Amino acid sequence: MSSFYSDTGQRSGIAGWMMSVDHKRIGIMYLSALLLFFSIGTSLGVMMRLNLISPGTFMGVHTYNRLFTIHGIIQIFLFIIPGIPVSFGNFFLPLLIGARDVAFPRLNRLSWWLYLAGAFLVLASLFLGGGALDTGWTFYAPYSIKTKTNVSLALFAVFILGFSSILTGVNFVTTIHRLRAPGMKWHRMPLFVWTLYATGWVQILATPVIAISLLLIILERFFGMGFFDPLKGGDPVLFEHMFWIYSHPAVYIMILPAMGIISEVVPVFARKTLFGYRAVAYSALAIAGVGYLVWGHHMFTSGMSDASRVVFSLLTFIVAVPSGIKVFNWVATLYKGSIRVDAPLIFALTFIFLFSIGGLTGLIQGALSANLHLHGTYWIVAHFHYVMFGGMGFSFLTALHYWFPKMFGRMYNERQAKIGWFFLFVGFNMLYFSMFILGVQGMPRRYFDYPPEYFTGHLVSTIGSWILVAGFVIVFRNLIIAIRKGPKAPDNPWGGTTLEWKVPSPPPHENFEEIPVITRGPYHYGNDKK
Amino acid sequence: METTKSRADEPGSGYEGAKLGMWFFLITELLFFGGMFLLYSVYRSKYSQDFHTAALEENLLLGSINTVILITSSFTMALSITAIRKGNKQLSSLLQAGTMLMGGIFLVNKYFEWSAKISHGIYPDSVLLLKRSSGEILFYGLYYVMTGIHALHVIIGIGVIGVMLFFTRREIINRESFVKLENTGLYWHFVDIIWIYLFPLFYLVT
Repeated sequence: MSSFYSDTGQRSGIAGWMMSVDHKRIGIMYLSALLLFFSIGTSLGVMMRLNLISPGTFMGVHTYNRLFTIHGIIQIFLFIIPGIPVSFGNFFLPLLIGARDVAFPRLNRLSWWLYLAGAFLVLASLFLGGGALDTGWTFYAPYSIKTKTNVSLALFAVFILGFSSILTGVNFVTTIHRLRAPGMKWHRMPLFVWTLYATGWVQILATPVIAISLLLIILERFFGMGFFDPLKGGDPVLFEHMFWIYSHPAVYIMILPAMGIISEVVPVFARKTLFGYRAVAYSALAIAGVGYLVWGHHMFTSGMSDASRVVFSLLTFIVAVPSGIKVFNWVATLYKGSIRVDAPLIFALTFIFLFSIGGLTGLIQGALSANLHLHGTYWIVAHFHYVMFGGMGFSFLTALHYWFPKMFGRMYNERQAKIGWFFLFVGFNMLYFSMFILGVQGMPRRYFDYPPEYFTGHLVSTIGSWILVAGFVIVFRNLIIAIRKGPKAPDNPWGGTTLEWKVPSPPPHENFEEIPVITRGPYHYGNDKK
Repeated sequence: METTKSRADEPGSGYEGAKLGMWFFLITELLFFGGMFLLYSVYRSKYSQDFHTAALEENLLLGSINTVILITSSFTMALSITAIRKGNKQLSSLLQAGTMLMGGIFLVNKYFEWSAKISHGIYPDSVLLLKRSSGEILFYGLYYVMTGIHALHVIIGIGVIGVMLFFTRREIINRESFVKLENTGLYWHFVDIIWIYLFPLFYLVT
C-alpha cells in the first residue's frame, strides 16, 4: 500500500502539499514551519545572550529591545502556541482515535494557510513601517500605543495566528466528539487525545479575548479612543488583564499537549499500563478549567486589591495540584515497569525533571510576598523557560523521537540522539538555572546592561546557550540524516499499543483500510484489569 | 480508492458535526465581543453618570427602528430554513433576499447615525470630544468600536447569506442538505443577539 507521501494524482509537487486536506500532510508541513521558526527564534535568543556577556559590544540598546520582543513573538506565537497540536496533533489525532481525517479537513487547510499568512506578516512587520517592534511580547499599553515601531502590523499578524488557532481548536474538539472509532469510549481514548481535547477548549474560550485586545490596540493607534490611555480616562492595567485572560490560559495550550505526549511515551517504555488513567485524564480538564482563572498572578505588582490578589494566589496554588497528580502518575507508572531506556524516554524523563523545577518555582513566585521580590526579575524568565522550553520544548523533542519512525518511515541513530540529549540537558540547565540565581540576586529582566556583580551568572548562562545550540545541531543533524539514509522503520518499533502503531510506517492515505473496532483501553501490557 | 466511499458514512462530516463546529465557533465570537463588554462594564461602573449623560445624545428613534429591522430579519432567516426543508426553493430564496435587504437597511441607518455624530464633531480623538469628561470620551469610543465591529459582522453576514442564496438557486442547498443555510442562520441570529445587548447599553442607559 502506498504511503501518504506518494502523490494522490490531482496535483503534484508543492501544490499537491499546499492544496492537500490530508491531516498527515498538513501536520508535516506545520512541523517543518514550526522548526524553521523555532530555529530563527532560538538564534535571536542566542544573540541576546551574546549581548549580555558584553553589553554594547555586539549591538545597541534598541536592537536589544527589538531582539527580545521578536524572540518572544516568534517563539510564543509561531512555535509554542501552535506547537504540538498543529504538528503532532494533526498527524496523530485521527490515527489515535481511529478516524480517516479530522472533522473538517478543508477548515484544517484554512488554518494552515492562515498560520502561513500570519507568519509572513510577522516577518514583514520587521521590515515595514517603523520596523521591528520593541514592546516586549506582552504589548503592554500605553507603550504599545505610543511607540513608533510597527506594532499594528505585528499585532494584526498575531490576530490572524489567533484565528488559525481557534479554527484548529474547533476542528479538534468536533473531531474528538464525532469521529471516534466504534467502541472508542471517552475512557478508552489515549491521553494525548484527552489533552488535545482540553487544549481545544482553551483555544476556543481564550483566544478570542486576545484577538479583541490586540484589535483594540490597533484601533487605539489609528483612532485614539482612549481605552488604555489614562489621559482620556482609560486604564492601562485593564489591557494587562485582557492580555493575560488569554495569555495565561495560553500557557496551558502550550503545556497540556506536551503532558499528553509524556503520558503516551511513559507507559510504552515502562511496558506498563499508565497508572491512574482517569486521574491523568481529568487532571488535564482541571488544569484547563482552573488555569482559566489565574491570570491575575501576572499583575500582583500592577495595582490590584488585596482581596483579588489573595484569590488569584490561592487559585495559582490550586492549579498546581493537577499538574502534580500527573507527575506522580508518570513516576508511579515507571515503578516496577520493565523500563527500556530509549531516546524518547530519556527526553520524556527530562521533561518530568525540568517541568517539576519549573512548576515548583512557579509556586514560589505565586506566593504574594515572594512575588514582590521576584516580579520582573530573571527568576521569572528562568521559571518561564523551565516550563515552556524544559516542558513543551522537551516534550516536542520526545514526540519527535517517539513518532519519527511513524511519520517518516525511518529509524534514527539512537546513540547520536542520546549524545545530543546530553548536550541539551547540560546546556539548558546552565543557561536557565543561572537565571534563577540572577533573579534572586535582583537582576531585572529585559535589561540591556547590568552592574558587574551579575557578570558571572550571565557568563555561565551564555556559555550554556552555546552548549544548548550544539545539542540542537547534533539532534537535528541525526534526524535529517535519518530521513535520507536511515534504515526503514518497522510498523511498531517501540512496542506501542495505541492505534497509530497498527498501521504501516508511514501511514497510507486515509489511515485505515478498515475502521478498527475498539474493545479495550489504550495501554495494555497484560497487567491491566480489562 | 476503496476507502473514499466509507468517509461519507462517517458521522463527523455530516449534519451533526457541522452544527457542533458552528456552535463552537459562535462561542469564540461571544468571547470576542465579551472582551468589549468587559471594557464597557468596567468603564460604566467607573463613570456611570457620564455614560448616562452621553447616552442622551443617541438617536433613540433610529436605534429602535434598527432593532425592529434586525429582529424581523432574524425571523425571515428562520423562515427561509423552514421553507427549504419543505422543498420550497422559490420562497426560501425570496426570504433570504429579504434578510439581506433588511441587513442593508440596518447598515444605511447606521451610516446616517454615524455621519450625523461625526458632522457634530463627536468621534474618537476629536477636539470637541476631548473637551468632555473622561466617561463621555470612553462612552463614544466604545460606541464606535462596538457598533462598528457589530456592523462589520452584519456586512459579513449579508455576504454569507448572498453565497447561500446562490447555493439555493443552484440547488447545492436543498431539502436534504441545508446545514450550510442553517449554520448561516445561527450566525445571523448571533449577530442579532449582540445588537439586542448593544441597543439598551448605548441607547437606553439614559
